[in-house]
Amino acid sequence: MNLFMEALAWLGDPAHWSGGGGIPTRILQHLAITAAAVGIAGAIALPAGILIGHTRRGAGLIGALSGAARAIPTLGLLTLFGLAFGIGLKASLVALVVLAVPSILAGSYAGIQAVDAATVSAAKAVGMRPSQVIFGVELPLASPVVIGGIRAATLQVVATATLAAYIADFGLGRYLFSGLKSRDYAQMLAGALLVAALALALELAFAAAQRYAASRHAAPARSAGLFRSDRTDTRPAQKGPTS
Amino acid sequence: MIEFESVSKTYPGGTVAVREFSLQVPSHRTVVLVGSSGSGKSTLLQMVNRMAEPTGGRVLIDGDDVAGRDAVALRRSIGYVLQHGGLLPHRTVLDNIATVPVLNRTPRRRARIQAAELLERVGLDESLGTRYPSQLSGGQQQRVGVARALAADPNILLMDEPFGAVDPIVRRELQAELARIQADLGKTIVFVTHDVDEALRLGDEVVVLRRHGVIAQRGTPAQILAAPADDFVRDFIGADRDERRLTVERIDGRDIAVDGTGRPIGVLDS
Ligand SMILES: Nc1ncnc2c1ncn2[C@@H]1O[C@H](COP(=O)(O)OP(=O)(O)OP(=O)(O)O)[C@@H](O)[C@H]1O
Ligand SMILES: [Mg+2]
Repeated sequence: MNLFMEALAWLGDPAHWSGGGGIPTRILQHLAITAAAVGIAGAIALPAGILIGHTRRGAGLIGALSGAARAIPTLGLLTLFGLAFGIGLKASLVALVVLAVPSILAGSYAGIQAVDAATVSAAKAVGMRPSQVIFGVELPLASPVVIGGIRAATLQVVATATLAAYIADFGLGRYLFSGLKSRDYAQMLAGALLVAALALALELAFAAAQRYAASRHAAPARSAGLFRSDRTDTRPAQKGPTS
Repeated sequence: MIEFESVSKTYPGGTVAVREFSLQVPSHRTVVLVGSSGSGKSTLLQMVNRMAEPTGGRVLIDGDDVAGRDAVALRRSIGYVLQHGGLLPHRTVLDNIATVPVLNRTPRRRARIQAAELLERVGLDESLGTRYPSQLSGGQQQRVGVARALAADPNILLMDEPFGAVDPIVRRELQAELARIQADLGKTIVFVTHDVDEALRLGDEVVVLRRHGVIAQRGTPAQILAAPADDFVRDFIGADRDERRLTVERIDGRDIAVDGTGRPIGVLDS
C-alpha cells in the first residue's frame, strides 16, 4: 500500500509529465511502436489469413504457424534480433511484429472461413467476382472476428512493448528498467500502472469497434434482436466496398 | 432457348446427380422440372449458370455453349432464385434486391427505387425494404429472392423451389403473380419444384424426373394428366388420388364436377 501511494505520488509529480523523458512522450512512443508493429503485422497477416480463409486451402499452415509462434519467448526473440540487427528500435519492432502476426492471422482466417458457405455461394451465383465476394460479403460478415484478432494482437504488443526499452530508450518500459536498475520501485510500479491503463484504454476502444462491426454487418438479429425502424430507416447510403 | 445436350454430372465424391439429360427449353416459355428430392433438379439449374460444371455433355443458351461464356457475366445475365433464399444477411432487403443492378453499375439510388417497385410486385410491403433478411419470415425471404432475380430484367429465370417455404394460400397468390409477370414479360423460365400441383399450374411444359435426372415423361400439363407414361408418373402426379378423379353429375340441370370422394368441387360452364 505504501509503495502504491509512492507510485501515485510519482505519477502526480509534475516534473515527470514534461520533457523528453516525460510521461506524455513515453506514452506516445509506446503507442507509436505498438501501432507500427500491429500495422506491419496486419499488412502481412490480414491478406494471408483472408486468402487462406477464402480458398479454404492451407488451414494447416495457420495452425502450425500460430502454434509455433506462440511458443517462442519474446524476450529470447528480442535478444536474438538485438544481436542480429544491433541494439535499437528495429530489433524490438521486428520481435513485436512476430508476436502480433499469429493472432491477426488466426482471427482473419477463422472469421472468413466461418462465413456461411451457402451465403458465399449465393453471392457467386448472382454474379459477384471473387474480389467482390471477399470485400463485399466475407470481410463484412467476418469483421467482428477479424477485429478480435487485431485486438488480441494489440494487447499482446502493448504489454510486451515494455521490452523495447530493454534494448532501446523507448516507450513506457523505460520506467520499469531504469527503476529496476536504481531500485526505484515506485517508478517501476508507476510505469506498470501506465502500461496497464494504456492496455485498458485500447481494450475498451476495440470492444466498441467490435460491437459496432457486429451491429452493422453480422446478422443484426443477433445484436438488435428486433426491427428498429429508428435506426434502419435513417441509415445513410450503404458504403459497401462493391459500389 | 436453353438446350441441355446429353448433360451428365458426377460430383467429386462419385455421386451421380444427372445422367445423360437432354431437353430444350423454348424462349419465352416456362418449363417446370418436377421430381422427388435428390433427383438432380438443382444440379440441372446450376449447370445453366455454371455454378456446377457438367462432367459430360453441353448446356447451350441461344446456341452458345455456356462453358465458353465468362461465368460472372453469364450469372449476371440470368435471374436465379436459390432454393433457400440465399440473401446476403448484412444487406437490407432493398440492397439485396438491387445487388445485380448495382454490380452492373446502375446508380444505387435508381437501383433502390426499382427495388422498391419489385418488392410490391412480389407482394411485400414497401416498409420491409429497410429490414435485414433475418428480420423476415422464410416465405418473405423467398419472395425477396424472386424480386432480386427479376431486378436486372434478365431474359432467363432459373427458379429453384422459389415458393417452398410459403403457406399454401400465399403460394397460390405467388403462383398467380408469377403467371401474371410471365404474361407481361415473357421470360424463359426453368422452374424447379417437387410439388406436382405447382408444376401443372405453372408449366407450359412439365418434365417429370426420376433419380439421376432421367426423364420419366415430358409434355403439357394436359398431356401428362391425360396419359401418364408409366406407373412412376401416374404415382407421382397422383393420377389415382381422389381429388384428381373427377366425374360429372347432373344436378338441377347443371353439370357439377365431383371428385373421387364424392365432394362437389365446381360447376361446368356450358
Ligand atoms: N455439391 C455436391 N457435392 C456432392 N454431391 C452433391 C452436391 N450437390 C448435390 N449432390 C448430390 O447430387 C444429387 C442431386 O442433388 P440435387 O441437389 O440436384 O437434387 P434436387 O433434385 O435439387 O433435390 P431437392 O429437391 O432435395 O432439392 C443428390 O444425390 C445430392 O446428394
Ligand atoms: Mg434442390
